[in-house]
Amino acid sequence: MASQTHEIDETTLLARIDAAPDMAALEAERVAALGKQGTITQLLKTMGQMSPEQRQAEGPRIHGLRERVTTAIADRKAALEAAALERKLATETLDMTLPAEPRLQGSVHPVSQVMDELAEIFADLGFSVATGPEIEDDWHNFTALNIPESHPARAMHDTFYFPDEDGAERKMLLRTHTSPVQIRTMVTQKPPIYIIAPGRTYRSDSDATHTPMFHQVEGLVIDRGIHMGHLKWTLETFLKAFFERDDIVLRLRPSYFPFTEPGAEVDVGFSIEKGKRVIGGSEGWMEVLGSGMVHPKVIAACGLDPDEWQGFAFGCGIDRLAMLKYGMDDLRAFFDGDLRWLKHYGFSALDVPTLSGGVGA
Amino acid sequence: MKFTLSWLKDHLDTEASVQTIVDTLTAIGLEVESVENAAEKLAPFTIAKVLTAERHPQADKLQVLTVDTGSGDAIQVVCGAPNARAGMKGVFGGPGAYVPGSDLTLKISAIRGVESRGMMCSVRELQLGDEHDGIISLPEDAPVGARYADWAGLDDPVIDVSVTPNRQDCMGVHGIARDLAAAGLGTLKPIAIAPIAASFACPIEIRIDDPKGCPAFFGRVVRGVRNGSSPAWLQQRLKAVGQRPISALVDMTNYVMLSYGRPLHVYDLAALKGAIVARKAHDGEEVLALNGKSYRLDATMTVIADDAGVHDIGGIMGGEHSGVTETTTDILIECAYFDPEAIARTGQKLTLTSDARTRFERGVDPAFLDTGIALATAMALELAGGEASEIVRVGTPPVPSKTVTYRPEQARTLGGLDVPEDRQQEILSRLGFGVATGERWTISVPSWRRDVDGAADIVEEVIRIEGLEKVASAPLPRAAGVARPTATAEQLLERKVRRTAAARGLNEAVTWSFIAEEEAAPFGGSPWVLANPISEELKAMRPSLLPGLLAAARRNIARGAGSIRLFEIGRRYLADGERSTLAFVLAGDRAARHWRTGKAQGFDAYDAKAEALAILAAAGAPVDNLQALGGAASVYHPGRSARLSLGPKNALAEFGELHPSSLKAFDLQGPVVAAEIFLDALPQKRGSSGHMRDAYRPPALQAVKRDFAFLVPEAVQAEALLRAVRGADKQAIAGVSLFDLFTGQGVPEGEKSLAIEVTLQPSEKSFTDEELKGISERIVAAAAKTGARLRD
Repeated sequence: MASQTHEIDETTLLARIDAAPDMAALEAERVAALGKQGTITQLLKTMGQMSPEQRQAEGPRIHGLRERVTTAIADRKAALEAAALERKLATETLDMTLPAEPRLQGSVHPVSQVMDELAEIFADLGFSVATGPEIEDDWHNFTALNIPESHPARAMHDTFYFPDEDGAERKMLLRTHTSPVQIRTMVTQKPPIYIIAPGRTYRSDSDATHTPMFHQVEGLVIDRGIHMGHLKWTLETFLKAFFERDDIVLRLRPSYFPFTEPGAEVDVGFSIEKGKRVIGGSEGWMEVLGSGMVHPKVIAACGLDPDEWQGFAFGCGIDRLAMLKYGMDDLRAFFDGDLRWLKHYGFSALDVPTLSGGVGA
Repeated sequence: MKFTLSWLKDHLDTEASVQTIVDTLTAIGLEVESVENAAEKLAPFTIAKVLTAERHPQADKLQVLTVDTGSGDAIQVVCGAPNARAGMKGVFGGPGAYVPGSDLTLKISAIRGVESRGMMCSVRELQLGDEHDGIISLPEDAPVGARYADWAGLDDPVIDVSVTPNRQDCMGVHGIARDLAAAGLGTLKPIAIAPIAASFACPIEIRIDDPKGCPAFFGRVVRGVRNGSSPAWLQQRLKAVGQRPISALVDMTNYVMLSYGRPLHVYDLAALKGAIVARKAHDGEEVLALNGKSYRLDATMTVIADDAGVHDIGGIMGGEHSGVTETTTDILIECAYFDPEAIARTGQKLTLTSDARTRFERGVDPAFLDTGIALATAMALELAGGEASEIVRVGTPPVPSKTVTYRPEQARTLGGLDVPEDRQQEILSRLGFGVATGERWTISVPSWRRDVDGAADIVEEVIRIEGLEKVASAPLPRAAGVARPTATAEQLLERKVRRTAAARGLNEAVTWSFIAEEEAAPFGGSPWVLANPISEELKAMRPSLLPGLLAAARRNIARGAGSIRLFEIGRRYLADGERSTLAFVLAGDRAARHWRTGKAQGFDAYDAKAEALAILAAAGAPVDNLQALGGAASVYHPGRSARLSLGPKNALAEFGELHPSSLKAFDLQGPVVAAEIFLDALPQKRGSSGHMRDAYRPPALQAVKRDFAFLVPEAVQAEALLRAVRGADKQAIAGVSLFDLFTGQGVPEGEKSLAIEVTLQPSEKSFTDEELKGISERIVAAAAKTGARLRD
């Protein structure tokens, strides 16, 4: 008896499955081959009547045929589905060039950013941050800083005053510098003291380069054996870190602040790059800081023994530092709240100054 | 303090160049502000002779000159000066010359059709004075073709030094020369005065009735003076440093003051009646000062007066009445010492500044009165002739004999510079200090150095002369390990909320701490109003950050900004302290019109609430426990604002839509929403127990969600319902959220529908249907207490 499998032309059947144009045609092929009355089903049924030897020979061939046809149908089905999905997707195209909704561009003010930078740099040098009131009394702002009432330096400060209170011993004013924080710190803390004190300060002055309110940062070190060499190193180290340049050159000039002795103004060297002054090098000098060794009278006024404790203090304009580092040229714009300016010179929320990432965002 | 190089060289024997002098001045603490040499500026200008002067054919007021500039050819110049005439000599500038007074560079041009090849200059055009009536007219012997500046002796650099208030001794050229000599730039020339014979007794009585204000008054009369103009050399020096020459005797006092830092005064003796007395002014007494202004005095002020009245606001400014004039024949020279503190107070009260006050209030050399009056007399005699009386010395100038104990190693231990002892001694001696060496040095301070009274001052003297630039940097001692955290709690909080606000799209501004008084009114006014504000707009310390931000918002709108999200972190200034605050203002478009969202949308109070809560959450505030209570500041819409509070008293923030009257006051179009977060009111973090967190234990069973729709009276606040539901079964209910608010069809008038989703969290085992039913009933019952009933 010849093999019945030969009655089915496998090649033609597989070709028909492959060529089935749609799901219905494919289903018809499946029923014709594998349905209850299907040719392959019939073939499978013949196996029951075969002798064991015959079954052993024909069985694998019949099962093989069934499996190849089943696989061919599944493959064709997947191909037809994929083609159908592709046609569907082709109708769903959108214009991906349409603009997204605008994202909000929030910003951090450069003064805040620079204050964070200062805190970061000075933390590494072991300085903590101190604060004090902006509405001060004249003892903290002047007298304790060795500026007695009739001192010409008082007049030079262009102080904003509040009206005299009856019976009040001290005159209230807006602090003209952050130096009263020195006093408040020395009065309340035991040395060694290493602090910076950033904040708002006020002088009755208003022109292109002065605003009645501005920001200062004060530095104070009180310890044993501190001398001017330490002051110079601290300022150099700070400015190099702040401007992120190694070619920072400082020039200390003797000067006078009633609360320091000796006192020095600090110039930093600049060079001209693309017509703009850039900190670094020494083509010219720009005054950036006032500094000096804390006057023994100031140390004594705070209840410390000037023979045991000495140290240095410095003060510098934060707005000015920002201008020198980031290139703003008009101080008044700092306080105008112009969104265009804030977005241009401001910093992203995630530009957090860190020593590892660099303090210049 | 200005002086010229030749003036300095009268006091300092030096070969040093101008550049060396300037560098040294700055290096020793006398900061040079500018150096100007008129000769450099005026180099192109030469002496020329006018050959012919004809009327301009086209213009009545112009002349056409031909001038001889020494180059050979006559040069044609059109000139508008009325005094130009043939034969005169003047100053000529040719094409290419920069005219400093007019800020223009000359070029060949045609003036009304006539070619002009240069310019004959006026005094003002060359910046040599204010005169502009005509061109400069030079004497007949001026050499044609020579550089004008050289011939006129203008080749004398003017150095402007900024003298710090502690260095009165450098408010005169002599003191500056002393410092330069100490710095090794030459030798200080001693003050040489030939003795002046007194030919008669002083004819006027001098008396001091106010020895505190005026401890010493030396006076001397000079008889038979002729007070004309001072000589050209003196006028030139005064003009070079910005002083206006007046007359020989006045110029003399200014010259002595500028040379030696010693103010003087000269009275017309004929204008004085009776004794001249240093006394306290009477309250209300008036004097017409030399600046032409009248001053009302009080009894704290020291004056110099005679029987008739006040002639001088002592040490500050002389009086008009007794000032010397051209007709003065007899003078009284005053060389007095005034108390610095008293001078400062008087000057401040009268808001009157003068060169004399500047010096007296810093404290002039009290040992210089004899030298001062001798210098003045000698110069008065030289310039105006006459004969001098005896000197009358009333009172005693307070010459201190100050000594300072000093250890020479302090130059190193305080100044950071190791200076050999003999070098230190040399520096101090050259500056006029007396040094007695030993284990501890005893240093006597010269009478002109009122500023020196301790070892630190001596260190400064040594270091500044030796050279501050020689101080080597020395690293600060550094603690072991990495840097410790140093930020304060306040600083950390401000950083968090600042960067949260910026990350949410808000722009940080910094606005003035002071605002107008009326802007403070809606916040209860300002307890801190300046006595001397810069303007009415910047007068009251802000009790809120909103006025500053609202003004900034208005400016931005005026500049065309469509959407404004501004915030600021700063202080509110209250009667009892300064409080850290974050405020924001949202104005304009919340979202601009867009193809996805359609029309532009404005902000509403819920935007402010969302931002406020986000910022509060970042600050670590317990936002889930906050209640929105009424009673926000009157700057807000009363029905669309709230205080976010922990309990009725402790408000952490206020937010809402602005009151229409606030919008009007700030000239804004609504709606504008805002909030203030009171950072100082946030509960302090309790001391944390290290970094370890609680163990992670997610619930074993899945939560179940149930929705409820309630009808409630309009007036019932959503929060009341949510709170009631949350409390219905504290064990099972893990969360309650409101997802729908509806009024209108199907909802009875006066009511609203609130739909909430309740999350139920089973603990040990899943809820049975019975349990779920029980919870639902409890929820409905709890809601009913707020007036809610389940919607059908």
